[in-house]
Amino acid sequence: MPKLTIDGQEIEVEAGITVLQACERAGVEIPRFCYHERLSIAGNCRMCLVEQEKAPKPIASCAMPVMEGMVIKTDTPLVKKARRGVMEFLLVNHPLDCPICDQGGECDLQDQAMAYGMDHGRYHENKRAVRDKYMGPLVKTIMTRCIHCTRCVRFATEVAGVEELGALGRGEHMEITTYLEKALASEVSANVIDLCPVGALTSRPYAFNARPWELRKTESVDVMDAVGAAIRVDTRGREVMRVLPRLNEDVNEEWISDKSRYACDGLKRQRLDRPYIRKDGKLVPASWGEALGAVAAKLKGTAPAKIAARVGDLADAESIFALKGLMASLGATNLECRQDGAHLPSASRGDYLFNTTIAGIEKADLCLIVGANPRWEAALVNTRLRKRYMMGGFKVAAIGPKLDLTYPVEMLGDGPSTLAAIADGSHPFAEKLKSAKVPMLILGMGALSRPDGAAVYALARKLGDACARDGWNGFNVLHTAASRVAALDLGFVPATQNPEAPEVVYLLGADELDLAKFGKAFVIYQGHHGDRGAHRADVILPGAAYTEKNGIYVNLEGRVQLGRLASTPPGEAREDWKIVRALSDALGKPLPFNTLEALRQKLVQAHPVFAPIGQVTPVASMPWSGSASAPSGGAFAYPIQNFYMTDPISRASATMAECTEAFVTGTAPMDANRGTGTHG
Amino acid sequence: MSAPRKTFAFTPENLAEAKKIIAKYPAGRQASAVMPLLAIAQKQNDNLLTQAELEYVADMLGMAPIRVHEVASFYTMYNLKPAGKVQVQVCTTTPCWLRGSDQVVEACEKALGIHCGEVTADGKIGLIEVECLGACVNAPMLQIGDDYYEDLDAESARKLMEALKAGGVLKPGPQNGRKTSEPLGGATTLTSFPAEKA
Repeated sequence: MPKLTIDGQEIEVEAGITVLQACERAGVEIPRFCYHERLSIAGNCRMCLVEQEKAPKPIASCAMPVMEGMVIKTDTPLVKKARRGVMEFLLVNHPLDCPICDQGGECDLQDQAMAYGMDHGRYHENKRAVRDKYMGPLVKTIMTRCIHCTRCVRFATEVAGVEELGALGRGEHMEITTYLEKALASEVSANVIDLCPVGALTSRPYAFNARPWELRKTESVDVMDAVGAAIRVDTRGREVMRVLPRLNEDVNEEWISDKSRYACDGLKRQRLDRPYIRKDGKLVPASWGEALGAVAAKLKGTAPAKIAARVGDLADAESIFALKGLMASLGATNLECRQDGAHLPSASRGDYLFNTTIAGIEKADLCLIVGANPRWEAALVNTRLRKRYMMGGFKVAAIGPKLDLTYPVEMLGDGPSTLAAIADGSHPFAEKLKSAKVPMLILGMGALSRPDGAAVYALARKLGDACARDGWNGFNVLHTAASRVAALDLGFVPATQNPEAPEVVYLLGADELDLAKFGKAFVIYQGHHGDRGAHRADVILPGAAYTEKNGIYVNLEGRVQLGRLASTPPGEAREDWKIVRALSDALGKPLPFNTLEALRQKLVQAHPVFAPIGQVTPVASMPWSGSASAPSGGAFAYPIQNFYMTDPISRASATMAECTEAFVTGTAPMDANRGTGTHG
Repeated sequence: MSAPRKTFAFTPENLAEAKKIIAKYPAGRQASAVMPLLAIAQKQNDNLLTQAELEYVADMLGMAPIRVHEVASFYTMYNLKPAGKVQVQVCTTTPCWLRGSDQVVEACEKALGIHCGEVTADGKIGLIEVECLGACVNAPMLQIGDDYYEDLDAESARKLMEALKAGGVLKPGPQNGRKTSEPLGGATTLTSFPAEKA
C-alpha cells in the first residue's frame, strides 16, 4: 500500500489507483471534465493538473498512478495557474451562452469556471461554430458547446455497447458525432446527457422547460421495469418535469434506461381524474360515493367464487396488500398477479427471485439466458452483464430467438428442446455449466408465459439448481413487472385450481390482460390511465401513478424499496390503498388500518420480508422438488415487442412514441432542422 | 461521405498485401493494421475513401465503422472528398517558397485551369498545396502520385502539367538537368579518388 503526501497530509491508499482518486480520499477536490470513475481514463481535458514534487511540470492526476513517497500539492500558485490556463483554453471556443443553455445551473463548466477560472478572457478572436448533430429523439445537441471530453464516446463504447459515437477530425476541427448521424440505438442512450459536463448534449424532451433551481427533487424508485432503479423525480408544482438517475451501486449504479427517464410525460396524458360509471354502454362521470356504492352493491350481490381480482404491473405493495385483505373479507380466492400468464411458483421466495442479485452478476463466470431478452426486459441488468463481459472471462449463452445484447452471445437453440438437452446432459453446454466455477441462469418470461411454461420452469429450475455453488445461488428469474415480486411475496395468486369464470372482475391497474376472456363480466378498473382496462371497465376508480403516492416496491432481486410522493394525483384521483380502504367501508367490512403507517405495520407483521428497506435477504439454493413434464411448445418468443411502450404510462408518452418511430418501426424522419446553436 | 452507397472489395493482389499486413500483428490486434489498409483502399479507389471503403476495412478488421472513420478523418492524407485520380502536391514551405514555389503554384494553376484544393472538371487531376516533403535540397518541388519532381520553375512546372494532362510519360527527379542533388553542371568536389592523387 503506497503512502503519499497530499497537501501536507499523509495518506495510505491501495496500489493501482490514480492520484486523483487518492486526492478524493484525502478530501481534496480536484476539478475534472473528462475523468469519470465508471469510464476508461482519457486524460484529455487537462483540468485535473496537480503539482508533484520532483516532477518537471504539472501532472494530469486522473491518469497518474499513485507511487510510494509521492508528494502532491494541489493548492500552489503553479496549480492555480495551470487550472486557469486550461480553463482559459477550454473557453476559447465555448460560446458562453449560459443564459439560453439548458445545462445552466447544473453545469460542470460553469461551476468550475467560477471556481478555478479567470474573471475575464483574453481572446478576442472569433469562436468556432459546429453544426449540430442528430442523435435521436432523446438527445439534443448543441455541438458548439462541446469541449471534447469524450465521455459520451466512452460511455457508448464501453457501457452501452453500441460503438456508434466517435470524434471525427482533429484539433480545432474535431467534432463528436454518431456514425452517419443516425440515432444512438441504445436503451440507455440518454445517460450521455448526465455525463456531458457542458450543455452540448442535453435532454430534447425537457429542452427549455425549466431551470434546476425551480424544481423540487424527490428521491424515488422506478417502476418501468422490475429492476427498481433509483431515480430522482423533479417536479414543478404538480407537474413532473423530468426523471434523473440516483446512485445505487447495488441496482443501477448511476444509469437509468431511456424509458425510466422519459416515459414521465405520459403522466400528463390520458389520466383518469374522476370516477366513472358505465350507463347505457357509455362511461359517465360520477362521484366517489356513487362509484364506490355501485362497486359495493355489485360485490355484495355476487357469490365469492365468482369474484376475481387482478393486479397490474405498476401496483405498489400497499394497495396489493389492501386489495388482498378486501378480497379475503369477501371470501374471494380468484386472485392473480401474473397478468402474462407466467407459470411461476410462488411457494418459496427463491423460486421467483433474481437470486444472484444484480451486483452479483459481476462474480459470475458463465451465464445461460433462457427465453429472455434482458436488453429490453431489464436494460440495466443487461448493462451489468455487459460490465461483467468487459471485465473478461465471462461467457454468455442463450436459448431463444436470435439476440443482440451488445456483447457476444452463443445461441444454443431457440426452444425448450435445447433446454431439455442441456438438462439431460446430451448437449455439450451441459459440461460447461458443470465445470463453471460461478455459473448463473436467467429465466425470462418468454419461457414461462406459454401453455407449457410450468414444464419449462421445472427444466430450467433443474439447471438452475445445478448452478448452485457454495454460498452461491445461480438461479434467476428475470421479471418484467415492477409489482410482480411484491405481489408474489404477498401471495396474490389463486388459492384454488381451475377457478370458476368470474362475474365481477376487480382490476388494480391491470392493462396487459386478455380482457376478452372475461366475457360479459362486470369489470371494476382502479388505475391512473385510460388504457385497455379502463376502456373495458364498468366502473372506474381513479388512482395515483407511481410519482403520486408513497409506496413500497420490491424489485426482481427481492429488494424492498420506497417510492415517494413527488406530486399529487390529478383531480379527484386518490392514492390506491385509500380507495381500497374506502371501498371496504362501503362494503361494511372495514380494513384494519386508517393510515399508511398502520397499513405498513400490518404488512410487515404479516410478511416480514418487507421489513428491511433497500436490502436483499439472500435465499439459499433449495433443490426443486416439483414434478417435471416434457414441454410441448416450439421456440420461445420474447415478451416485449417494443421496449418503449410496455405499460399505461409509456403508452401515453409522446416521447416514447417518438422513440418507437425512431428505433422500433424505423419510420422517424431525420431531423432536418439543424444549425450551430448560434445560427439565429 | 455523402457518396452513394456502393460496394468495395480489394483486388486479389491488394487482398494478399492486406493479409500480409494484418499478419504482422498478434491475434486480436488486427485493428493495428487500419492505417496501411486504408492507404491501400484509397489507392485502389482512385485516391478516395468513401463509406464503402471505410466499412470494408472496418469489417475486415472487426472494428466499428465509426472507429475507422475517426482514423480516416484524423489524418489529412486520407481523402474523404474527391482529390483527383492523380494528385499534384506542391510544396510551399519556406525553402521551396524562397526558391520560387509561388511561381510553380501559379504555373500549375494556370496549366490545369484550377485553383489549389480543386479538381479538374473530368476528375482526373487534383492540385493541392502541402507542407514540407523533405526534398528542400532540390527546392522547389512537387509530388505526383508516388514520385517527386524537383528543381522546378514556372516553365518546367507548366510543361510537367501539360504532359500530365496529355497523359504523357513524366520523368521524375530534377527537371533542370541536375543529377539527384549534385551541383548543377556536375560534381565540383571529390571528383577523384584520394589514391590517384598521390
